[in-house]
Amino acid sequence: MSEFAIKAENLAKAYRLGGKADDYQTLRDVLAGAAMGPVRAFRSLVRRKRVIAGDKRTIWALRDVSFEVKTGEIVGIIGRNGAGKSTLLKVLSRITSPTKGQARIRGRVGSLLEVGTGFHGELTGRENTYLNGAILGMKKIEIDRKFDEIVAFAEVEEFIDTPVKHYSSGTYMRLAFAVAAHLEPEILFVDEVLAVGDVLYQKKCLRFMDNVAKAGRTVLLVTHDMAAIESLCQKAFLLDRGRLILAGDTRQVIDAYLSSTYVQDANNLAERTDRQGDGKIRFTSISVRKKDGSPIDVIQCGQEVEFSLSYVRHSSVIGHLSLYINVLTLSGQQMLLLGNAMLGSNFDAVPETGEFSCVIDRFPLLQGQYSVNLLCTINDIVADYIPRATEITVEGGDFFRTGVPAPQNAGGMLIPHRWRVSE
Amino acid sequence: MNHERRGASVNHPDGSTGLHKIRLLEQPSETITVESNELTNNRAGTEGEHSGVELSAPPNEVLIQPTQRWASLNLGGLWEYRELLYFLAWRDVKIRYKQTALGMAWAVLQPFLAMLLFSIFLGRLARMPSDNAPYPLFAFAALVPWTFFANSLTQASNSLVGSADLIKKVYFPRLIVPISVVLGGLPDFALSFFVLLIMMAYYRRYPPLTLLVWLPLLVILMMITVLGVGLLLSALNVKYRDVRYVVTFLTQIWMFATPVFYPASLLPPRWRLVYSINPMVGVVDGFRWALLGRVNTPELSIMISAASALMILVIGLLYFRRMEETFADVV
Repeated sequence: MSEFAIKAENLAKAYRLGGKADDYQTLRDVLAGAAMGPVRAFRSLVRRKRVIAGDKRTIWALRDVSFEVKTGEIVGIIGRNGAGKSTLLKVLSRITSPTKGQARIRGRVGSLLEVGTGFHGELTGRENTYLNGAILGMKKIEIDRKFDEIVAFAEVEEFIDTPVKHYSSGTYMRLAFAVAAHLEPEILFVDEVLAVGDVLYQKKCLRFMDNVAKAGRTVLLVTHDMAAIESLCQKAFLLDRGRLILAGDTRQVIDAYLSSTYVQDANNLAERTDRQGDGKIRFTSISVRKKDGSPIDVIQCGQEVEFSLSYVRHSSVIGHLSLYINVLTLSGQQMLLLGNAMLGSNFDAVPETGEFSCVIDRFPLLQGQYSVNLLCTINDIVADYIPRATEITVEGGDFFRTGVPAPQNAGGMLIPHRWRVSE
Repeated sequence: MNHERRGASVNHPDGSTGLHKIRLLEQPSETITVESNELTNNRAGTEGEHSGVELSAPPNEVLIQPTQRWASLNLGGLWEYRELLYFLAWRDVKIRYKQTALGMAWAVLQPFLAMLLFSIFLGRLARMPSDNAPYPLFAFAALVPWTFFANSLTQASNSLVGSADLIKKVYFPRLIVPISVVLGGLPDFALSFFVLLIMMAYYRRYPPLTLLVWLPLLVILMMITVLGVGLLLSALNVKYRDVRYVVTFLTQIWMFATPVFYPASLLPPRWRLVYSINPMVGVVDGFRWALLGRVNTPELSIMISAASALMILVIGLLYFRRMEETFADVV
């Protein structure tokens, strides 16, 4: 008998976007309704609104996802933002229930969707360890037994009876992670916890994941860190707009993901649903181009680069229009903020469809993978905001035009600067 | 509708880290309401089966499914998570008076100051009757349970929203959150009750021993009442943040509808039983009766209050349970 640990059959999860819709409820509506018909008003209080397929405001975060994970397998889940990765983990860890379909899970589940959940600043390290342990599903005797080990792992011996609000953020993270790392579930769900924290922390995380892998536990791992997935997982799932489009050998899935992201629809924003704002302006696509207008796959550091953002205007009334392009590392660190308002050049009237473009004379970021957030505000009210609108790859280049290449493996950015020596 | 500025929370289908990264820019807040399809499936997700399993035991299977219309209450799941319940209640107690100069003294000061005010304005000036007990004692005997009720109710109503972090990131029976708040209020109650005993000694009033038997039952009745109303309000608060403002007002009105600063005997006898549908009438009247003794015994009124409290609890549980599955999506 082949033992499965997780078996999902046609899992689907729908969310409904609230907003302009007139059926968005406020208590006022319900009360006003109560005056008309008490029974109906009561029912609307109790009813969880039905999801209507085909309704524009319904977003299917997961659609017909079926798979089987065998005991002891480590599976990486990849996909663009908004592809449903986190939703899948939430459904499997029973934080939210599916709209359709079902899943069977065999074994004690631990989910690590965040480290340090429930930490309270006023409580000491010791108290938080117990509280967080209990939240993650550990028994008190289990925590008692592992307490010294956790403290040693986090290297917080001397601060263990200090309120955690006095901790440095590094120490805080170390403790939070140490508690999580001592969870011993049979099945573990991990969401992006590897991406935060400093290098030392990340190393610890990887070592932890390695140990988990060797201990024969079943793991579902969501991360944007392809290197981690490649080294830890034998299998990978690729999700795209809620569908499981590929499952199989890790390398093969990663290749499929990379080619799909960068070549095909990565830059089409019209159908992105993970956006916010009132929609007076909607970005429809983003592209990164060279001086001559041809698209670039890989930006050279120091190259002249143009970001161009196509848009559609849905409102006739347009005021002060500000655009922001925010470039972040994949772990979420902000690197670069570009914005017309900061330059004192807001747009006041724009054609109904068109293209905003932003030119950077010399692209300053060093090699690496970055993601780009887009924001458009009109009179300081958000019109459109798209997190991770696209991802860009940067390679080292000759930023200073000196013929001396930028050092390998250095992160961060370059800016024009001068040196001198004085007596 | 200016929905961009609404203070509601964001719960994205993808709980992405990238979302909050543009911190220096204005963050839009858009509400996403979530619906659960009302499939007539045979069985709801079986709660609590998974986490209590010992590592050596054969793995239990958990079935994850869309929720049923009226899911069963599943109190077994609650038992599995009793340690978490304990830790959350303990956390509430621990942090309640952190960074206050007076600390635990507040537990006593709140009802005590109210008692002083009532005694001066109502006892002295307005000559409010007090069933032959000294007015300060008469008021304090009611304020001790009332303060517990009012504080716990306010906190319980905000408990789910206040624990949004937990609810979105970890699975556990959500009932634990409001229950832990109610349990966490007990140390405060015990402390002010102790002061009440001191006051009784000062006035040389000794409770009739037979009636002391009633006290634990009255405490339970008090907790059931808070829990029932708290469950309803906390679940409503997830969807309608209006509740936060309603609660303040509600507890004020409720105090007038409860014999806190006046005796229940002020009401015409024929209204007394209808009045007892308010469960806190039975609690407060019962406290006075058990501690101070009185001519007419309020057993019947306590019974009515108890029945009404149980009814509220059942309604609260059902509503809470029904909404439970959507909390993580809406909160």
